[in-house]
Amino acid sequence: MTQHVKLTLNGQTVEADIEPRLLLVHFIREVANLTGTHIGCDTTSCGACTVQINGVPSKSCTLFAVQMDGADIRTVEGLEQDGQLSPIQEGFFEEHGLQCGFCTPGMMMTAEAFLRDHPDPTEDEIRRAISGNLCRCTGYVNIVKAVQYAARRTREAQAAPKETATVEAPR
Amino acid sequence: MIPDNFTYLAPTSLAGVWEALNAHPDDAKILAGGQSLIPLMKFRLANPAYLVDLRHVPGLDTLEERDGALVIGAMARESDLERSSLIQQRYPGIHDATSVVADPLVRNWATVGGNLAHGDPANDHPAMMLALGARVVAESPRGRRELALGDFLVDTLETALQPDETLIEIHVPQPVAHSGSAYVKFERKVGDYAIAAVGARLAFDGETVREAGIGLTNVGPKALRAQQAEAFLVGKQLTDETLREAGRLAAADAQPSADLRGPVEYKRALVRTLTMRALRSAAERAHSATR
Repeated sequence: MTQHVKLTLNGQTVEADIEPRLLLVHFIREVANLTGTHIGCDTTSCGACTVQINGVPSKSCTLFAVQMDGADIRTVEGLEQDGQLSPIQEGFFEEHGLQCGFCTPGMMMTAEAFLRDHPDPTEDEIRRAISGNLCRCTGYVNIVKAVQYAARRTREAQAAPKETATVEAPR
Repeated sequence: MIPDNFTYLAPTSLAGVWEALNAHPDDAKILAGGQSLIPLMKFRLANPAYLVDLRHVPGLDTLEERDGALVIGAMARESDLERSSLIQQRYPGIHDATSVVADPLVRNWATVGGNLAHGDPANDHPAMMLALGARVVAESPRGRRELALGDFLVDTLETALQPDETLIEIHVPQPVAHSGSAYVKFERKVGDYAIAAVGARLAFDGETVREAGIGLTNVGPKALRAQQAEAFLVGKQLTDETLREAGRLAAADAQPSADLRGPVEYKRALVRTLTMRALRSAAERAHSATR
């Protein structure tokens, strides 16, 4: 007994007939074949499965895919644009924000959504924001630095277009 | 972990919700934020044949003061309360509680309504809401009724909600002059349930306690009121001595059981300390409030 669901995943429309009991994380990994979203604890603790639903970071192991009819979902695969790393990806790269990398997709989806509302966060705010995402390798120090890096880059990028707007793009 | 099969229903009106509940009185379950129910279903501790999602019913995310009460709609999310300046300024105890429910990602989905209707003594809102004298509004095709939260909470994972009823709103009396509230939680790590936690509300006449409310989290089969401690405080001034006695009485009011979070004696000792801290914080807020 299946139910139909149609949603947007990283800008692409995805439709499927699914069992209502199918968890969103399984839908993403096994129906849409996007395996960047990880399954860690499977008990709403670790945050490895974090995706953004209509912009809101959410643990996809504790939602049913059938609830997502009409939703706009973004996973780690949706961060990079035209071969360019997003500021948060660049931050994790530059600041060595990962060791084994298992928590990284969830960490980035949480941090990226957080920075949208907090363009200039304090360290304490960052640590609170990622408190639902567990990392067993880094001790969080470089993850915090990665988020700070992304915040800085995003602020710079938002300040920059005013200066470059008058410059003709090279052909 | 894969839950058992079920049928998912997403009505777009309360009438639709009631229709679904009436059609399946014994095996339908309301889905709000799902952050307690879905884990239970994954462990197969709950196997509802029908899930009735409230998310598409308009008008259930109220968060406002109306007719002398703070009204929290069934679908108001923890993250809504956390960001609300109304909650921060007027209901600091609720703000304390909402900020320590699970973790920020869970709070993006979890609802206060679900936190009460789940009936889990480990949940954070019931104790604070007991201290604040909150009431629960339940509605069914038979009508609307309002229950004191103490009557709504029956036992572990059991409430007074009938199979055809839906929790619609929570009503919290507006703060009176010279009153304050606080919720203090002790947990093993972020995101965990409380080892113990205490919600306190105090209202003063000058330096004298006029009203006291104290609720206890995860030290009994349901959230408890520390009634001996409440009764003791009324008419007293808050001194180190009366605080210690209130803590002692609250620890006696607690009914903890030993588990992975600690033995009975430890939990009682925690209740004593947390009660003193919550009362102190509630009193500071009452005295600093200019209202």
